[in-house]
Order: sequence, then structure tokens, then C-alpha cells
Amino acid sequence: MTARSPLVGHADLGRPVAWRDGAPVSCARFLAEAAQLAERLPAGAHLVNLCEDRYRFAVALAAALLAGKTSLFPASRHDAALRRAVAAHPDCGAIADAPAPVLGDRLLDFPADLGGAAWSGPVPAIDAQRVAAIVYTSGSTGEPRPNAKRWGHLVASARAECAALGLTAGDFSVLGTVPPQHMYGFESTVLLPLAAGGALHPGRPLFPRDVQAALERLPAPRVLVTSPLHIRACVEADIALPPLAAIVSAAAPLAVELAAAAERRFATRVMEIYGFTEAGQVAARRTTATQNWRMLDGIRLLGSAADWAVEGGPVHGRVPGSDLIRRLSDTEFVLEGRAADLVNVAGKRASLGELNRALTAIPGVADGAYHVPEGAGRDSARLMAFVVAPRLTRREILAALRRVLDPAFLPRPLVLVERLPRAPTGKLPLEALRALERAAGRDRDR
Amino acid sequence: MTLHTPFEAEIARLIVESVNLETPAGEIDPTAPLYGEGLGLDSIDMLEISLAIGKQYGVALRADDEANRQIFASLRNLAQHVERHREK
Repeated sequence: MTARSPLVGHADLGRPVAWRDGAPVSCARFLAEAAQLAERLPAGAHLVNLCEDRYRFAVALAAALLAGKTSLFPASRHDAALRRAVAAHPDCGAIADAPAPVLGDRLLDFPADLGGAAWSGPVPAIDAQRVAAIVYTSGSTGEPRPNAKRWGHLVASARAECAALGLTAGDFSVLGTVPPQHMYGFESTVLLPLAAGGALHPGRPLFPRDVQAALERLPAPRVLVTSPLHIRACVEADIALPPLAAIVSAAAPLAVELAAAAERRFATRVMEIYGFTEAGQVAARRTTATQNWRMLDGIRLLGSAADWAVEGGPVHGRVPGSDLIRRLSDTEFVLEGRAADLVNVAGKRASLGELNRALTAIPGVADGAYHVPEGAGRDSARLMAFVVAPRLTRREILAALRRVLDPAFLPRPLVLVERLPRAPTGKLPLEALRALERAAGRDRDR
Repeated sequence: MTLHTPFEAEIARLIVESVNLETPAGEIDPTAPLYGEGLGLDSIDMLEISLAIGKQYGVALRADDEANRQIFASLRNLAQHVERHREK
């Protein structure tokens, strides 16, 4: 017999899966909508899910599972990323709640008329081995790599996260400021409430006042799933938030001072999640209490330093990590350094190799390099770039980059230079880039 | 290009300084969209700008409905909104 995992982990069908405008949406309603949508999905074994509304995203995910389809989350909703997804899965359909003209006839606008009779049967169970989703990551070669996620692992991972965050399964509500299509947001704002019996908020607030208003429409215990950038904004905005069971942070390193300030200001615990798309979330910690990361239940740590891997529990097979760690035991480690090539801007990950490739692929760009500015300890730090392009203006280069990159990775500033200080081997020493950076800073200040 | 009012010029300088923008403040078209194709700002920038506006003028921005999103349709809209609601 095949192992199966439930589509939702709620104790009974009357429990809320979501809160919309302050009103609960029950499991029974959610399952009925998902079942109806499953009948109306476009043809094909894959479904690109671009829904921005988190509840619709969850309905489309569940509908795809019921229809036997694999959901696809492109690296961004940028045309180039969508074209790549379609090229890799020529049979795919797509669903969205905002225009995405590049997808043409494949695209189903999320139907406004789902509803009808509430679901009254048992909660559907999905084959645990089924590939529920493919999430794309930036590889150092520049080509996005697909990561297949099995439903059984996703469910087990969400349950382990619930325990690691100190939440009670079946009794919490989640507000997210991060998109559901990236691994962190997928796990912590969609799978966590679905699999551990919680309820989600459909929105994705931007400003601190928006976060405050959205939290006020959720019942306690509330969890805010966010990034260091938004935590800083909420702390600096000096607003009062409703009582929070936890603030969850991931995607970029969180300064312990900021975590402490948020804990004081909002009388809550700030929990940090560590993960990488290939393995998913693997460890958690309370930032103000310890520098040690503890593995989620069932995951074991193998190896140390730059040569390590995780396996067991919700991890599929043995998955190598790329950051630098110091292993303390099977279940604990200290993070000693982030992989040099990977950069994070407000929760979006890319490799410098990929960005440099996009930059130098622009006609008229003779040479170019992205650079992480010195002292860029700040969570929202932008990347800068040095470009050799005698016949192009900065505006033209930025326009060309905007066509192929997520806006978070547009360089700021973009500095035009006569040449890059390459060593004879062609390498660009970090010190030389820092000298260029300081020179650019002096020009700006004059 | 339409000229800036003195307060639009002030907000333009605040935008340029808070997000480290390439465009000189005086060259920001007061009627062009701040987001996307216009000035090229994204939501991370808007968050930075909102913090600066909060500190400088005591105005807490929101973006969770259509009326609030119109505030960011242009420098002119944003400046008018801040001027109307400023507490500092």
C-alpha cells in the first residue's frame, strides 16, 4: 500500500483554513473550491501557479494535487522566468489572479465563481511520493535548477516547523509578507497552515501600517512570517501590533540586535528559519537565545565545514549544503559563513555568476561585474555594478537588465567605468572592486 | 516636463537620498509612475521611502487598498498625500 498524506491537517472540516476580511473560510469550503477548480484547470501535467492572493494560491495548489498535476513556481514572475518554465515544460498550463500576457492561451484567470456545496466527504489523501511542486533556484552556472518537492515530505516538513516554532497544531493564524512562490513563503505561509491545521491571511502587506491592519483581522495566536527588512521597518515605524505568538524570519541573516529590539517592542519571540531551496527548511533557532541552529525533527546533519549534507525526515535523499558551517552534533550547528557566490536581496536569492552573465550578455556591454558593497550588513542592501559600455547610457543598461532580472537585482548604483581592474588571470580581486566602490563613493559626494 | 512645487522637490530629494537613486531629484517627472517602468522603484524601495517619510513627517503610509495605492502613482500624488497628512 502506498503511503498517503492528507491534503489538509485540520481536525474537522469546520475549522478555518483562512481568514478573509475578518471572516473564516472553513476547510469544507476550501476543499469544495479546490475540487471545483481541479475540474477546470488547463490541460497538461504541470501548472504554473502565479496567484498573488495567498488563499487563491492555496486553492490552486490543492486543485493541482487533486487533478494529479505538479505545481511550478518560476524564480520570478518576470517574462524571462515564465518563458523558461514554459520551455522546460511545454505542456504546462498556468493560473494567475493578475495579467501575465506572455503565457497566452495557457493561462486560466482564477475563477471568481468558485463555491457551491461545501465538501462533506473525508479529507482527500495524496500519494506521499507525488511530486507536488517544482521550485526553481539560481544555480551558480546561471541556469535555474529545478527542485522537485514530494507531498509527503512537504507535509512532514510543515509539521516539524510547527513544533520547532513552538506552535500548537490546529490553533494558529499566519500572516506573510513574503510571496508564496518562493520556498520560504511556500513552506511557512501556505504549507504550515495547511498541514498543521492553522489558518492563513490571503494578503501580503507591505508597509508596517498594512501589517498592523492585517494582523488585527486575524485571531490569536498570530504568527508573522516575514524577513529582516520588514522586521526593521516595523520596529522603526514605532507602531503597536496585536499580540504575536511568534515572528518568523528567514531569507537573509537577522542581526541579533534587531531580533532583540523586535522581541522587546512586540513582546514576542523572534524565530529564525534556516534552509535552502534544494533541501527546504532544515533548522530553526530563537536568535536572541542561541547562535546554534537546531535541526527540524527527523533531519540529521552529516559532515562539517564546507562539506556537509542533510538527510532524513522531510529531506528527500541526501542533500549537500553550500554555506560554511561548524557541526556541533547530529542535530546542531553554527553557521560560519554564507556561500560567497550567493546573494540575497530582501529574500530573493541569486548567484553573482548569474547576475554577471545577464549583465555582460547585454549588447554593447564590454565587461561588467556585480559587487556587494562593503559594510552591506544591512538586510536590504542593494547590489552595485561596474560596467564597461562606452556607447550605452546607464538608463539603457538598466532598461535591458529590467527585461531579464527581478527588479530586486537591478544594481544601485550602476557605475560606468573605462575598464575593470582584472588580474592577468581575468579574475576580479575583491580588493580591487572595493577600491572602485570607494572611488565611486567619492565622486558621488563631490 | 512639469516643474516641481517646493514640497514635491523636498519629497523628490528624500526619495533620491533614501534609496540611493541614480536620477537627480530635479529630474524626477512629478507625474510619472514611481513604480516599475517610470522611476523604476520596487516594493523594497517603497518600504525604505515610507520609513523616511514616517520619520520626517510623521505620516504612516499604507498600500492595502486601491485608494492607498494611488498615493504611489506619482511623485505629485505622494507629495500631496504627505503634505495633507503631515504631523511634523
